[in-house]
Amino acid sequence: MQVNDELVDQLSTLARLTFKPEEKEGIKTDLQKMISFIEKLNELDTTGVEPLLFMSDEVNVLREDEVKGSITREEGLLNAPLRDDKFFKVPKVIRK
Amino acid sequence: MNGQTTCVEAVRHYLDKISASSHLNAWLEVYEVEALETAALLDKQRHSGSPLGRLHGVIVGIKDVICHKDHKVSAASRVLENFTSVYSATATDRLLADEAIIIGRQNCDEFAMGSSNENSAYGPVRNAIDEERVPGGSSGGSAVAVQAGMCMVSLGSDTGGSVRQPADFCGIVGMKPSYGSISRYGLIAYASSFDQIGILAKNVDDVKLVLDVIAGADEFDSTVKQKPSHIPALKKSYRFCYFQNALEHSSLDPTISEEIKGFIKKLTGEGHTVEPVAFDLLDYIVPTYYVLTTAEASSNLSRYDGVKYGYRNSNKENNLNELYQQTRSEGFGPEVKRRILLGTFVLSAGYFDAYFTKAQKVRRLLVDKTLKIFEEYDAIILPTVPTPAYKIGEKKDPVEIFLADIYTVYANLVGIPAISLPLFKNDKGLPFGLQLMSSQNNELHLLSLSKLLINLRFSGK
Repeated sequence: MQVNDELVDQLSTLARLTFKPEEKEGIKTDLQKMISFIEKLNELDTTGVEPLLFMSDEVNVLREDEVKGSITREEGLLNAPLRDDKFFKVPKVIRK
Repeated sequence: MNGQTTCVEAVRHYLDKISASSHLNAWLEVYEVEALETAALLDKQRHSGSPLGRLHGVIVGIKDVICHKDHKVSAASRVLENFTSVYSATATDRLLADEAIIIGRQNCDEFAMGSSNENSAYGPVRNAIDEERVPGGSSGGSAVAVQAGMCMVSLGSDTGGSVRQPADFCGIVGMKPSYGSISRYGLIAYASSFDQIGILAKNVDDVKLVLDVIAGADEFDSTVKQKPSHIPALKKSYRFCYFQNALEHSSLDPTISEEIKGFIKKLTGEGHTVEPVAFDLLDYIVPTYYVLTTAEASSNLSRYDGVKYGYRNSNKENNLNELYQQTRSEGFGPEVKRRILLGTFVLSAGYFDAYFTKAQKVRRLLVDKTLKIFEEYDAIILPTVPTPAYKIGEKKDPVEIFLADIYTVYANLVGIPAISLPLFKNDKGLPFGLQLMSSQNNELHLLSLSKLLINLRFSGK
């Protein structure tokens, strides 16, 4: 698998990251190294093996349906960098 | 408490130690006033004859990834620099309910990603044994705090060795319990199917005491096991195994290999069985680990968007997408970005099956192999690390750094408990540990075997 500029750009867009032009070469090199490294797994035959999805053996761990582990609106907004008294604020999304 | 001292005096003692060792950079914040107030309150309660909590007056530090209501938590990242917890982790609540005193929050690698504590946005932590060397990571501050006597016990987190490896580099005990032993509620997520809170202390009894307090079922984490770990019957001799190719591995420091082989002889001399097993998946565990953890990290860290909390880029001309991109690019450090990109790659359309599903299949092979091993053996012996603590700035290549996790990530991949025991030193006086692992949900067995090994090592026999 060859890592090129196009792949780096595509992944950056998906991950909502941007890189300065001078950072890009380093990122490309590192990503190439890391991907070559994980490609070692191709040596293993995993035909017929079910992927392991869950690490816990516990099934249907439920509790009574009560409001718990919840925070107030004020607490929810406490750490917001930009807000009013009820909402998080973001740049305008819908423009006329 | 033996009646000889008070909680206030104990806190003062540790505060003095912390201020004398501030150049080690182990703490991101120390709660001087609050710790003294809590201590005074505990002293008063004790004098009035109230029954004592199990951790009455125990001075604890917590890694900067564990939430503590009304206190800051930043994951050693700029992205959470001014974040205040609005609730406490279950582990934090349980410490406090049993009268521990939390004296501060500890430096670590950003989002627990790293193994040298050089990835913190707040500067590296120094190893107290040799200040030019790294303390290990990611729970580097937590290890140094115990090593240098700045607290009695630390809580860290261990996704691929982040408690055991710094414990090894600092010459202390570090334990990662089974997956599902301690609630992850209030632990900042890195890779949710790997993450566990772990305990760092000077001895096994302290680890056990803290584990007893913080482990167990929790209404806020459905992956925690519902039944407590059973208490093993004591035997006269035990069956240990080690991975033959692990002790012969080209990356392993010869001194570590020799010391462990010597110790194995000592164990067999005492009537225990220690046998090599073939473990042909050894060279696949680190690649599997990096596929799965980076995938989970890329998903978990998508929440840092500059809207709900944390750092936000202040350019008013930004549209929403630019706001996300610039916030994340400025807020995250280089290692975190690298891992998010790799995780995004293995999860992206066209690559998902070839990389992510493949690694989940290898994880199944590893679990199956592990179950077979524990049908025959009580515990597995491995090194904790391939080399002792290295110098700050010495290692740069990301893959080289990944490979040093070869002995620790296995326990997280298969969910078993593992502990690093400070049994050895090399000719430079640098400590290194022995890693011991037991079958899943058998941490009490692991702890009793740990005591047996420590006694054997230091009994002079």
